[in-house]
Amino acid sequence: MRGDTTGFEVSRPRTLARALAELAAGERPMPLAGGTDLFVALNDGRAPAERYLDLSRLAELTGIAPLDGGLWLGASTTYTQLLRSRLVARRAPALAAMAGTVGASAIQNRGTLGGSLGNASPAADPAPVLLAFGAEIELARRDGRRVTRRRVAAADFFVAYRETAARPDELITGVLLPAEALRGWRYAYRKVGTRKAQAISKVVAAAGVRVAPRGGRVLEARIGYGSVAPTPVRARAAEAAILGRPLGPQSAAAAADALLAEDIRPIDDLRSTAEYRARVAGRLLEALLGELGGFSPRLAGG
Amino acid sequence: MKLRLIVDGRPVALEAPPMKRLLDLLRDDLGATGTKEGCGEGECGACAVLLDGELVNSCLVPVCQADGREIATVEGLAGSDGTLHPLQQAFWETGGAQCGICTPGMLMAAAALLARDPAPSESAIRTALAGNLCRCTGYVKIVEAVAVAARRMRRASPRRRAGARRGPVSRR
Amino acid sequence: MPSVPPARTRPRGARAAERVVGRNVLRREGREKLTGQAIYVADLAVDDAWWGTTVRAPHARARILAIERDPGYDWSRAVVVLAADLERRGYANVAHLIHDDQPFLAASVVEHAEEPVALVAAPSREEAERAAAHLRIRYEPLEPLLDFEGSRASFASYAIDKGDLARGFAAAATVLEGVYRFGAQEHAYIEPNGMIAWPSRDGVRRVQGSMQCPFYVVHALARLFREPEAAIRVVQTTTGGGFGGKEEYPNLIAGHAALLADACGRPVRLLYDRAEDMAATTRRHPGRVRHRSGLDSDGRLLALEIDVRLDAGAYATLSPVVLSRAVLHAAGPYRCANVRITGTAVKTNTPPNGAFRGFGVPQVAFALERHLDRLAAAAALDPVELRRRNLLADGETTATGQAVADAGASRQALAAALSRSRWRSTRRAHAAYNRRHPTRRRGLGLACYFHGSGFTGNGEIRLGSVAAVELAPGGRVRVLASSTEMGQGTRTVFAQIVAETLGLPYERIETVDPDTAEVPDSGPTVASRTVAVVGRIVADAARELDRALAARVGRPPGRRWTVATFERAARRHLAAGGERRFEARFANPAGQRFDDRAYRGDAYATYAWAATVVEVEVDLVSFEVEVRRVVSAQDVGRAIHPRLAAGQLEGGLAQALGWGLFEEVVMREGRMVNAQLTNYVLPTAIETPPIELAILERPFAHGPFGAKGIGELPMDGGAPAAVNAVAAALGVDLTEIPATPERIAAAWFARPPQERGA
Repeated sequence: MRGDTTGFEVSRPRTLARALAELAAGERPMPLAGGTDLFVALNDGRAPAERYLDLSRLAELTGIAPLDGGLWLGASTTYTQLLRSRLVARRAPALAAMAGTVGASAIQNRGTLGGSLGNASPAADPAPVLLAFGAEIELARRDGRRVTRRRVAAADFFVAYRETAARPDELITGVLLPAEALRGWRYAYRKVGTRKAQAISKVVAAAGVRVAPRGGRVLEARIGYGSVAPTPVRARAAEAAILGRPLGPQSAAAAADALLAEDIRPIDDLRSTAEYRARVAGRLLEALLGELGGFSPRLAGG
Repeated sequence: MKLRLIVDGRPVALEAPPMKRLLDLLRDDLGATGTKEGCGEGECGACAVLLDGELVNSCLVPVCQADGREIATVEGLAGSDGTLHPLQQAFWETGGAQCGICTPGMLMAAAALLARDPAPSESAIRTALAGNLCRCTGYVKIVEAVAVAARRMRRASPRRRAGARRGPVSRR
Repeated sequence: MPSVPPARTRPRGARAAERVVGRNVLRREGREKLTGQAIYVADLAVDDAWWGTTVRAPHARARILAIERDPGYDWSRAVVVLAADLERRGYANVAHLIHDDQPFLAASVVEHAEEPVALVAAPSREEAERAAAHLRIRYEPLEPLLDFEGSRASFASYAIDKGDLARGFAAAATVLEGVYRFGAQEHAYIEPNGMIAWPSRDGVRRVQGSMQCPFYVVHALARLFREPEAAIRVVQTTTGGGFGGKEEYPNLIAGHAALLADACGRPVRLLYDRAEDMAATTRRHPGRVRHRSGLDSDGRLLALEIDVRLDAGAYATLSPVVLSRAVLHAAGPYRCANVRITGTAVKTNTPPNGAFRGFGVPQVAFALERHLDRLAAAAALDPVELRRRNLLADGETTATGQAVADAGASRQALAAALSRSRWRSTRRAHAAYNRRHPTRRRGLGLACYFHGSGFTGNGEIRLGSVAAVELAPGGRVRVLASSTEMGQGTRTVFAQIVAETLGLPYERIETVDPDTAEVPDSGPTVASRTVAVVGRIVADAARELDRALAARVGRPPGRRWTVATFERAARRHLAAGGERRFEARFANPAGQRFDDRAYRGDAYATYAWAATVVEVEVDLVSFEVEVRRVVSAQDVGRAIHPRLAAGQLEGGLAQALGWGLFEEVVMREGRMVNAQLTNYVLPTAIETPPIELAILERPFAHGPFGAKGIGELPMDGGAPAAVNAVAAALGVDLTEIPATPERIAAAWFARPPQERGA
């Protein structure tokens, strides 16, 4: 049963400072980005708020640009913009690959990175790849007359089911892919959804590795997963399992074992089963590491 | 709030609650019922329109975000003399429309595709239409219709091949 | 581009003269649909209309203790209708269908979740919903029956016996048993259900909306209001897909809308949103089929023992006839001397399951075609060879002993599907690919199936459908029938049939939109009967017109008219006071005879035959299935409009793939919990593969221009072909659909470890 939105109010500031001032006030409006999650909830009669803060006129939240050797993505960056950006294609193609798996074009045209982060769904498509990039999420708030900003690592951002590290008066202004993550790393991303397009993920994962030029030992690794726990997760046990070892079927299988044992807690829901998610999460890791290491996965368990 | 927008080339000014869905504004306030509602959650694409040339599901767009912008719906595709848009003509000839309820959204998704890619591959067509569910056709004749229309449009205005960005809907 | 023209058998002799039939004329209502001008029920502007809403039970089974209005709410701008109101006003609280066991509104006991308990109308949707939320309904939950296997309450049972089953099994070299399970399926027409009703004015109640069967609504409302049928006028609006889902349930919606209009004295619109439509309205019957079959050492079927169990839901509705069609098709298009088929449709406390394209046949075809692949494996036979040895030939008899003159079309279909799919070479290529590829497996699957056109047994004789043609000004002809257009092309094809019969151009013929005040009762738009049965009646009516005009101008009947000669004759005929309207009634042209009690004889006047090959690629990482290709050979009798026919076949195949691989209705405590298009997974343009058709034409002597019914045929065999392909690709045993990645993974891990070796 669709809810009645007739009396809902929206403020539409043109500057970040104004927007943050509204968030700083007592009666905080809910930020509204592309609406692709919010309007699904409204259609279902679940209105999260009656006052909204429309972010669509904030120029400060837009743009994809190099920053400090890394890549800056404004919070209002849509999936379509990620798909069309030459900068993203060159420096972070895994991010474009992710964008292409979100909904279909009408959703990609509206949905934003910041909106997804704020919505904090455990099944969100961007989260695992941002975790793999070691992305930093920039939050801004109004401190008296000043706007202050801080950056939170993606791994520290998702604190509980649909809860983030952002304070109620903070707004997500953008995402930084740090310089370090774009030099010498390789990334792979894959989403297993209910179908190929217009799909919510059953398991979504991204893996990044930095490998020693000689010997091929893994020097650094970051692995992100979605839909397998109450929040998007960094798979630290799986990362540990490959650190210092060359990428190959054996280390990949060991990583998959560690993932299942320590990193994820999948559940049964409308879209899949815990058993399937666990099996596929492990196989997906082997496949992603296989892609990064150029080998065929052994696929533990046959 | 007070809204000013352009719908299918016509300027419109009206008062509406800011969180009203663009879909309801079109259908209820403007009587433009050519745009359909199939699910209300951005899944079926029956309500798809172009917002400043970009495909959107109008059931997910609050009218406040459409203020000052240009909306193109299925009702503006044909010429004012009734001449069908090449996409409409191709859908008719190939059998791309059966029950017709997904057709308005399909046409808009196809128009958005052809505006960017005048010579799409079959897989590009399927990807571009993936947000529009059809339960009648198995998509076979829809994909065929888009390919046929693209061919005809290229033949009619060969210049568009050179990456022209003008959409088929601003043709009128 | 998928512009490969469907292969068709070459038109023979007489057809060369046909000018309209067999041509791809433009769809009649195409322009309206393509420009957004077609008016669907939600688009209808009705002055002063109120909005209705339906209050539904949250429990699978419960006693209704009390329904009270919140005294703090202002009820002056709302009306409420309860079962007690129907009783008080002397209305019959029964939705008339077969057993008449379903009420319009639950009175004292709720038999399923989402059962209508109260109706509310108010000036706007929001007010109606607000008022509905202020009804306080107290229930005492009762223990529901949710497991159809455990249900002993049967709405219908049938048995078919042929030969001597025991002797057949005694002589068998291979005997195999199997149990096959299938889930429900949502119709997922993109236009949700909706109706608008007007209060009775001048003794007539009007209802307008999205539906397949206007006269079903007339019958149901006449019964509800205890009024003559002439007091009910039902008009179909442009209908955004039906597939069976708008066959019987619209009776309920129309009744509800009419009751609300009656209560508030204004028009009331009752439009379901997607969630309500999915949760509350009918679905394809879930259930299971048990097989035990015996094969001789030459791979010939000696014995088939089949038991069908369908989950009807809480009320009988159409389940008896769905079950009937299921058992009549359960042995498939195969020759077998010893057959026993039993079937039962049982009650559970779930929303009633109902008509859905295929009507019981997809379920039994899935079971049989999957079973045959397993049987072939058990007998170390090639699955193609097993089918080749057992498919019916011309003149051979079905399980009910019906000798079917063109049964050999099933073999033609198989041959066409195999050759167009390059079955043998593709299989060899798959074997090589599967050896090479570390994480992907390809496979081919096959299914052979058939579908009877029109109502079962004596159904058409009992129905006695009527259609008419009418002279219109300017030498035009109007076709009048209650057969609805819902995308399949009724309006176009009827006009073609009449144009061809009279020799007039297509443009001179108009098909009238169904309005029961104007059109005769040509029966429901179901059962693949619109072209094969009603189309023939339409042609007969056109021949009546032809005879009258020919007699009027003194020329022999049955010759082509020109526009000019027709116009002159029509003018003369009308000037002389001749009839404007010519009706024809179903006359059992095929001389069909069926014994309802013994379930023997001509179950259907004719059958359409098909064979489908599906090629899949399964990902061993995720167990996702990519359908690479579908090749299907389908006999249609005669394609009146080849493109529309292909559209039916392609669309039906896509729905079948959806049911077989993706679409799962998740039920908890008797409620559908994934009643959204987000979580009920329909195939998109990406999941749906290119579909190659071979349209075969073995004419049905008594159909219009040889046409058979093809609306349902394509739905019947796509699922087993797809699942057989997955099973072949992975070497796993799958016996339940939808074969989701979760089920495929479970089957994969259930294999002995030494066979897995990824």
